[in-house]
Amino acid sequence: MKALKIILIGTLILLIGVTAVFAGGKKEVDVITIGVNAPLTGDIPKVGEGTKFAAQMWLEDINEAGGIEVGGKKYKVELVIEDNESKAESAVKVNTKLITEDEVLVIVGPQASKQAVPSGEVANNYETPMVSPWSTNPKTTKNRPYVFRGCFLDPFQGPVVANFIKEEFGFTKAAVLYDVASDYPKGLAEFFKAAWEDLYGPGSVVAYESFTTGDADFSAQLTKIIRSGAEFFFSPQYYNEVALIVQQAHQLGWDRPIVGSDSWGSAETVELCGKDCYGLFFSTHYAAAGARGATKEFIDRYNAKHGYVPDDVAALTWDVMHIVEEAIKSCAELTGDLKKDRKSVRDAIAKIKEFDGITGKMTFTEDGDPIKCAVIVRISDAGEFEFYKSVCP
Amino acid sequence: MKFFLQNVINAVQWGSFYSLIAIGYSMVYSILMLFNFAHGDIFMVGAYIGFGITTLIIGICAASAIVLPNWLILTLIIIISMFLTSFVGMFVERVAYRPLRAAPRASAAITGLMIGIVFETVILAMLGAKRVSFPALIPAITFNVGGVFITNQKIIIVLVSLGLMFALHQFIKRTKWGMAMRAMSFDFVVVPLMGVSINTMAALTFAIGSALASAAGILYGIAYPVLDPYMGIKYGWMAFVAAILGGRGSVMGAALAGFLLGFIQIFVAMIFPSTLRDLIAFSIIIVILTIRPHGFFGEAYSARLRL
Repeated sequence: MKALKIILIGTLILLIGVTAVFAGGKKEVDVITIGVNAPLTGDIPKVGEGTKFAAQMWLEDINEAGGIEVGGKKYKVELVIEDNESKAESAVKVNTKLITEDEVLVIVGPQASKQAVPSGEVANNYETPMVSPWSTNPKTTKNRPYVFRGCFLDPFQGPVVANFIKEEFGFTKAAVLYDVASDYPKGLAEFFKAAWEDLYGPGSVVAYESFTTGDADFSAQLTKIIRSGAEFFFSPQYYNEVALIVQQAHQLGWDRPIVGSDSWGSAETVELCGKDCYGLFFSTHYAAAGARGATKEFIDRYNAKHGYVPDDVAALTWDVMHIVEEAIKSCAELTGDLKKDRKSVRDAIAKIKEFDGITGKMTFTEDGDPIKCAVIVRISDAGEFEFYKSVCP
Repeated sequence: MKFFLQNVINAVQWGSFYSLIAIGYSMVYSILMLFNFAHGDIFMVGAYIGFGITTLIIGICAASAIVLPNWLILTLIIIISMFLTSFVGMFVERVAYRPLRAAPRASAAITGLMIGIVFETVILAMLGAKRVSFPALIPAITFNVGGVFITNQKIIIVLVSLGLMFALHQFIKRTKWGMAMRAMSFDFVVVPLMGVSINTMAALTFAIGSALASAAGILYGIAYPVLDPYMGIKYGWMAFVAAILGGRGSVMGAALAGFLLGFIQIFVAMIFPSTLRDLIAFSIIIVILTIRPHGFFGEAYSARLRL
């Protein structure tokens, strides 16, 4: 028994020693490390894949140009892409690791608000700039000088959807079905409800139903929505749930519109949902079909390389990578003192007032939030995301 | 009334999955006095095996231009998947439980959990994190019966579940194997002395439990055609609750409690705000267990296999 104990303790000490040796390795000075915190596994792996591919495409361009030039000196760029398993707690861990172990200059991600809200806290505490391309929940950047984003916010998206339905269909009775355990759907559901009640007064949201992450059966909630007499329902869910919700609604006899939000814009929504999703509308950041200029160039390049049309996450990540690039370039110099450099990158991002990205023109507010247009997309009868309407603030 | 009936139908479908999985928990407990915590993941593996077989059969049919009716394909898939998944169950028993049969119960429970994580990771490594869409074998046809909507899928799910439960009932009641299992659950020290091998019986129990879980997985894939490697965790736990609620060792109890759990969850969501669903549902279950600590059909100090 004693021998076993000694072996056990010995192994532990060895492991700690090995980790210390690896962690202690000093970074080269002329390399810029950028962390990417992405959901490569878990609930929304397609989002992680888009993030990874877009970031890697950006890196190719940088490598071709020989790196990023700051203050007359060329720096090589390295990406550290880490998986946050689509979990809030893992995303926080990944951020901490990126900041303290990988010593990244800036973090791109996490994508979903569920992970971006808690991770933003960590980045801000460690004074490391973080830009989330896709997180639309206001809490992500609020009172956090080091956290930025590349997309519009839910307080904007909620009214966009409400107004669109009012103008398009003239409905007055709404229902909402959302995941109460996830920051993004919960926040957006609340903003939508507020916007709808602004239009039609209290009581106009006739059913406000929820479930928790991981549920697959929504029959009880849907039966309630159907009975409530709602003329449509809004479901700001991720693509895996969208398929189940839409199919079950139809099987329970629902034949009215179901409206979604930017989380529907994944390349996988239609693949999982099939014909049931044809003809439905959702609000999002960009529409791939009918794109022009730089946006089309990006879509064609991505499609040629990975075999499918990139979704909004990939496009937003692409934009954010360029915002970060521009910010780093505009720094006077990189001193090698990580704390100082992070601060100057943060200031540089905050100084960007306008950016012309592939997801549209954005201007930044003082909170680090862009003001940009939203797009209403219709899922066509061929299963493509069709541009339907653009809504600007 | 329409609203009520619609929810009854929702609940029956929902409960079928819990029941089929819960039976596996209960049977294993009655023989080996331990809960197989890998069972939820066996359900997941069963669903994936079903997915693989379905894709294969559809592929073969398309390549060789054989047109098989869909009901025949479904029957084939269920039978083949149940057969294959029963080996997964026996494998788990052989690798994770048999070597630890003399070990403390807690150690065996932990190996079960570990095996579950191994399965999740293996599926993740093999197929990637991408969710797979279960092929639409039976396109949903919705019938409107006086305002209550029933799909052909729901009918098939409930009928197949009940059919399997009935078959199991007959097996345990009428066959020699069933008798041996019941005997083993009385006393796994003495019965082996009578010439019944505990290893064989344990393997058989795992095989049957896993086969049922596999059937549940395929039916689940028909109703909720989005599979992911972690789907077994939640259903595993819910079915575990059902197994306890039904009374350890009671097959009928597990089946009924599975349906009861489905009803509680659906009806709580129907009456109260759906945000409070699990809070109220599980409070009800705590109350039930306080009143009947051994579950509905459970017995104090015994977990023998009963129908």
